[in-house]
Amino acid sequence: MSVATAENSHFCKDPQIVQIDTDLLIIGGGMSACGAAYEAKKWAPEGMKITLVDKAAMERSGAVAQGLSAINTYLGQNTPEDYVRMVSNDLMGVVRDDLIYDVGRHVDDSVHRFEEWGLPIWKQHGDEEKTLEQGGQPVRSGKWQVMINGESYKTIVAEAAKASIGMDNIYERVFIVKLILDEKQDNRIAGAVGFSVRENKIYIFKAKAVMMACGGAVNIFRPRQSTGEGMGRAWYPVWNAGSTYTMAAQIGAELTMMENRFVPARFKDGAGPVGAWFLLFKAKAINALGEDYCVKNAAMLQDYLPYGNSKVTPTCLRNHQMLKEIREGRGPIYMDTPTAMKNLFASYDNDKKKCKELESEAWEDFLDMCCGQAGFWAGMNITPETKMSELMPTEPYLLGSHSGCCGLWVSGPNDIAPDEWNWGYNRMTTVNGLFTAGDGVGASGHKFSSGSYAEGRIAAKNAVRFIMENNSDPTITTDPKVLANDIYLPFHNYENHKGYSVDPEINPNYIKPRMLLFRLNKIMDEYGGGCGTSYVTGGGMLSKALELLDILKEDAMKMAAKDLHELMRCWENYHRIWTAEAHLRHIVFREESRYPGFYYRSDFNLIDDANWKCFVNSKWDPKTSNWTMMKKAHKDLVSK
Amino acid sequence: MPSFVIAEKCDGCKGQDKTACQYICPNDLMRLNEEKTKGFNQEPEQCWECYSCAKICPQQAVEIRAYADIVPMGGKVVPMRGTDSIMWTIQFRDGSIKRFKFPIRTTAEGSIKPYEGKPQPTAADLKTNNLFTEAGKTLSVIAN
Ligand SMILES: Cc1cc2nc3c(=O)[nH]c(=O)nc-3n(C[C@H](O)[C@H](O)[C@H](O)COP(=O)(O)OP(=O)(O)OC[C@H]3O[C@@H](n4cnc5c(N)ncnc54)[C@H](O)[C@@H]3O)c2cc1C
Ligand code: SF4
Ligand code: SF4
Repeated sequence: MSVATAENSHFCKDPQIVQIDTDLLIIGGGMSACGAAYEAKKWAPEGMKITLVDKAAMERSGAVAQGLSAINTYLGQNTPEDYVRMVSNDLMGVVRDDLIYDVGRHVDDSVHRFEEWGLPIWKQHGDEEKTLEQGGQPVRSGKWQVMINGESYKTIVAEAAKASIGMDNIYERVFIVKLILDEKQDNRIAGAVGFSVRENKIYIFKAKAVMMACGGAVNIFRPRQSTGEGMGRAWYPVWNAGSTYTMAAQIGAELTMMENRFVPARFKDGAGPVGAWFLLFKAKAINALGEDYCVKNAAMLQDYLPYGNSKVTPTCLRNHQMLKEIREGRGPIYMDTPTAMKNLFASYDNDKKKCKELESEAWEDFLDMCCGQAGFWAGMNITPETKMSELMPTEPYLLGSHSGCCGLWVSGPNDIAPDEWNWGYNRMTTVNGLFTAGDGVGASGHKFSSGSYAEGRIAAKNAVRFIMENNSDPTITTDPKVLANDIYLPFHNYENHKGYSVDPEINPNYIKPRMLLFRLNKIMDEYGGGCGTSYVTGGGMLSKALELLDILKEDAMKMAAKDLHELMRCWENYHRIWTAEAHLRHIVFREESRYPGFYYRSDFNLIDDANWKCFVNSKWDPKTSNWTMMKKAHKDLVSK
Repeated sequence: MPSFVIAEKCDGCKGQDKTACQYICPNDLMRLNEEKTKGFNQEPEQCWECYSCAKICPQQAVEIRAYADIVPMGGKVVPMRGTDSIMWTIQFRDGSIKRFKFPIRTTAEGSIKPYEGKPQPTAADLKTNNLFTEAGKTLSVIAN
């Protein structure tokens, strides 16, 4: 798709190598990383250096690039115990109560900071002039959500992070490829390496502690909305490529619940949000016959007790009910927006001004966080008060901060976590000095933007403490040239072979990143329980997928890049493959279907609490290159 | 919906210190065609339609054209982002138009002083589970 040709390749044989020594390295510039920067700076004693590196521009990087129309985690009058109960039930009982509780007790303070910095938060009538901190009552769309005018959410949060640590300590457009272990101390982080996406420069960051939060993983599975021009319209941000999970796994950090995935049922083709429609506007989802299939299929929930019996049906089980309708030909599924709006208009006695406000709120929900859905409505002549819109589950995503819980196995807070979940520093992974937050922390979903920010703060404070208590210089003796050569491998592959064929796009000696991505997507979709098989997989399909992934990994060493942009695409793909492999290995190991509606194992199509109400953890050993899979006992700390 | 650049309006950000669309795109899609000195989207099928490029372009030269393989032709969504609010113009396939205006922030851009008026934590606080803005607060623990 690019205009660059073989002749104007951006390859440089000897890139400049820049080494940066720092105390704390924050990798990522999203919600968690911005929280980390804000908190770390304040605890850092004079002279402690804090550095942040983001593959994009912080002002609009990560999942909140477009903005958001709600902050999904704000406790207010609710208790953290209730928050834990909600999250646990939605994620089918297998979560870390200590981590969730910890987010719950800290999160509101961060929301107060956002408001102080300029984020407009909706207030109830009469409270418009009061901040949340002054007791102003927010407009809630659900029990945990507050509505905002959030177009500039990320801009505001990034501005505060930049002001905290200073632009001199921030490297934008630097893609981190891998983490480095200390060469003298066992299992201790020493830094990270990456490259500039703008100049021929390799960066080696040496750090005493690292807080890594590169978001979740998108484009692992074949996209559902389109396989043409619209492929980028993923629900989660297409640019988060599983870097978090892969880079940590590659240095031996333990992963948890990587079998978990999220398959959001959203407005079809634009993946626009449904939360406000269900919760705020009280709309119903129906099948083509006009039936409320959740009511009609209520008995399906009885197969999954106790989770199916809860007041709020878990997200995966709602998909489970919807999928039956689609499979049996009673689609399309619709969000009945006209009835919802008619009811609301009636409740306002059709007061013109109020009706206009409602219409504007409905559009703002899209324009603040999923503009593409508004574009879809425009092209289809849809106005929500007159025409229903289709709903559809998307392809699966891997993430730990939204309604999913895959990620890294981390130490919990010492005043709550039992001994086996606490090894000293809150949010530290099983690698000493490596911390994570947001999408990076496993077994604790439903943090969303605010919870991820709060968790970044928690992790960063502990990282500073780690540095003060373990203040030895890390050792990296590997020749920087070797590190640089590894990163530039896709350039070498291209340069060495591009002349062989007339069109450098098609060449038997290498594979372009775009095609490699398609191969990954195809494997995962066909065998790994993507939408192609209605999320069904099984033992035979999973071993085939792993066999094909092994071959793909070999071929990944032959990826070729003609410019820095493609070089980034190559490394993103590499990160995706590893994340995909971890996902499959976990699904293989867990011999049940914990998340019906997100995936089904045809050979173990049940929830088996007797054997599997436990965490599944995995560890790849960098010394032996072997994966070990393990069960870890689950415990309810909050009564359920 | 991939972004595209209107040739006549784009001036390549001449006179600016950086190419705005290239600076902002979270997926590194916008790029300057050096011969034409105009911006373009180098990989449209990886566009998230986040509208960051359209919002930031000083010439209003970037628009989003709905994905041709999904959306019927003729609609468009155009942002005009100011310092405290954003104005959206929605043009439907049938030609009708709607306009919406929403606030985006309550403070001036660049005015955030993140630590102003905040407590300075002590070294002893470092061992607690309190964040620095929660200094002195008693944190709850699980009550069943
Ligand atoms: C469509 C959508 C709707 C949502 N709705 C809501 C909502 O209504 N309310 C709510 O509260 N939350 C919502 N969320 C969730 C929220 O956005 C996320 O929970 C949160 O952003 C996660 O934070 P994070 O720091 O883990 O990841 P992100 O914020 O995504 O940040 C990841 C960062 O890592 C960087 N990065 C990635 N890879 C690399 C690499 N290899 N090297 C260097 N940098 C890298 C990225 O550029 C980015 O800066 C929504 C998210 C989406 C996508
Ligand atoms: S920001 Fe606008 S004017 Fe500047 S290069 Fe991009 S399209 Fe052209
Ligand atoms: S809409 Fe977003 S993803 Fe697409 S080119 Fe513009 S900034 Fe990049």
